[in-house]
Amino acid sequence: MAEMMYWQGILRAHDEEMARDPLVFAMGEDIGVAGGTYKATSGLFAKYGEQRVIDTPISENSYTGIGVGAAMVGARPIVEIMSVNFAWLAMDQLMNNAAKIHYMSGGRIRCPFVMRVPGGTAHQLGAQHSARMEKVFMGISGLRVVTPATPRDAYGLLKSAVRCDDPVVIIEHESMYNLKGEVPDEEFFTPLEGVEIMRQGKDVTIFAYNISVHWALDAAQKLAKDYGIEAEVVDLRALKPLDRAGIVASVRKTHHAVVVEEDEAPVGVGSEVIAILNEECFFELDAAPVRVHALDIPIPYNHRLEKAAIPNAGDVVAAVKKMFGR
Amino acid sequence: MDATDQKRLLREMLFARRFEERCAEAYHERQIGGFLHLYPGEEACAIGVLEKAQAGSDYVVTGYRDHIHALKSGMDPKALMAELFGKEAGCSKGRGGSMHLFDPDVRFMGGYALVGGPFPLAAGFAKAIQLRGSHEISICFLGDGANNQGTFHETMNMSSLWNLPVLFICENNLYGIGTAIERSTVEINQYKRVAPYRIEAAQCDGQDIDVVMAHAEKAVNYVREQRKPYFLELMTYRLRGHSMSDSGAYRSKEEVEEWAQRDPIGIYKRRLVELGVVSEDEFHAMDKAIQDEIENEIVRYARECPEPRVEDVARYVYTEGGSTHG
Repeated sequence: MAEMMYWQGILRAHDEEMARDPLVFAMGEDIGVAGGTYKATSGLFAKYGEQRVIDTPISENSYTGIGVGAAMVGARPIVEIMSVNFAWLAMDQLMNNAAKIHYMSGGRIRCPFVMRVPGGTAHQLGAQHSARMEKVFMGISGLRVVTPATPRDAYGLLKSAVRCDDPVVIIEHESMYNLKGEVPDEEFFTPLEGVEIMRQGKDVTIFAYNISVHWALDAAQKLAKDYGIEAEVVDLRALKPLDRAGIVASVRKTHHAVVVEEDEAPVGVGSEVIAILNEECFFELDAAPVRVHALDIPIPYNHRLEKAAIPNAGDVVAAVKKMFGR
Repeated sequence: MDATDQKRLLREMLFARRFEERCAEAYHERQIGGFLHLYPGEEACAIGVLEKAQAGSDYVVTGYRDHIHALKSGMDPKALMAELFGKEAGCSKGRGGSMHLFDPDVRFMGGYALVGGPFPLAAGFAKAIQLRGSHEISICFLGDGANNQGTFHETMNMSSLWNLPVLFICENNLYGIGTAIERSTVEINQYKRVAPYRIEAAQCDGQDIDVVMAHAEKAVNYVREQRKPYFLELMTYRLRGHSMSDSGAYRSKEEVEEWAQRDPIGIYKRRLVELGVVSEDEFHAMDKAIQDEIENEIVRYARECPEPRVEDVARYVYTEGGSTHG
């Protein structure tokens, strides 16, 4: 087991899949000669050449569509969008074509298309580089949406996504590319469906994904140490389709639920998880479930305002304390 | 081209005309629902171009006025009509409809509703061909209206930059839905619009199938041999409305009448009669046989075959039996 960074996990997955299958190729802005904004494709251009590691013009919708077309006839594209905020420009190809072609062809055409995008608030990047879009992607039938919280899953989810015959959106995070973690030496695949329990607990379930898993784990430690509350931290990981059974199983044990998301609350991951709890196990709940989330504002530039806009581990602790009347 | 082939082409165009007219009737009888965009007046375009391509091997994609492109690609007309009737035996199992015909077995890769959406898909098929190193080409049919989308410019740029073997056929019917080209577009000669992308291009009469075939042969050979894009503009006209709900208020009766004099079937029939390839009596017998076939075999089949099972409504959202973990 080796320790590596999040970006290195992504790079290793690219490299292994491209070495295995000559129809796997990568495309995106600055991914080739420049090595990728977050280094996740560094060295691939020299190894696999310009036909398979393609520096695209800044034309998000059409290079996404080129990836979709290639996928429809048997190639395996990995399309990188430099920031999830730019993926709005690719929504037509993603939503109208990638997500719907298998269904509207009566299952006759498969679209094994992978889109990788960093999303989330980093360091004073301003409103047009700091938004998240998972609420949009997870609302689209036909897509799969996954979001790695660790270097292990950054590797394992991309591996599974490339082998999957459905279109998969992988949401990464600008602030996590240098995160370190253990990644097994042997090849493995993180499933594209299902939750993962990151910390066992009996008192409350904290649902999180991507960067908020780390806030939840920090909060759980503090809750145990300072308040004797044992929180179970569940990494949702797959946002589309959500694992209803996995979500419910943890709450049947703890009877309390908090959802932590970096995004603003309306029509989001928290809304969806709480709706599932209402539908599946309302009478198991000992307290009303709550969301910890960003303010419903465009993310501001100023450092203090930016920090105030998004949640942190302290907000998670406060929410759990309030739930338990502490 | 020998007399047998000339007669076959005349029959194909006449079949296309009668097929579309029968669709209009079925629409009025409410056997076909949704939006229906018919091809009368433009038959020489799809049939002439695809006569010079390798049906079943070259990839073909188009917009929503897609019936005749599908037929000439090799789709079974019974599967097409069954699709329009919303049946399980339809080419898209009743999930697509008129605008979303698919038949990957003959490499007809679809009809799409979003204007300009297929441009990047076509380039994507060409990208996959390039990766495989195989001999096919990709052929994209769209109207003049599509050239005002961003995908037109983005895809022309990338296709030329990356030497993608894709043939763009612009069926210029002078109207984008109900707005005349002069009122929407500065450069009305569409073939001139690809010059900045250094793509070889030509413009020709789209009503005379001999002219279309001569230009198409050159274009297809260029793309197949040079492994580069080519853009061919065919000047044509649709004799019916944009869809079945069309006021017609945007063009004069005189204009429609003028173009009806240049009906591609009329032009070709007159030529073949003059050449002694076909007689008036033979033509009428051919027409009668076509109408009988459409009514007694195709429409009857579409009417009698079963609808999809309601229990299957959620099938094909994701691939069945596909892997989600490697």
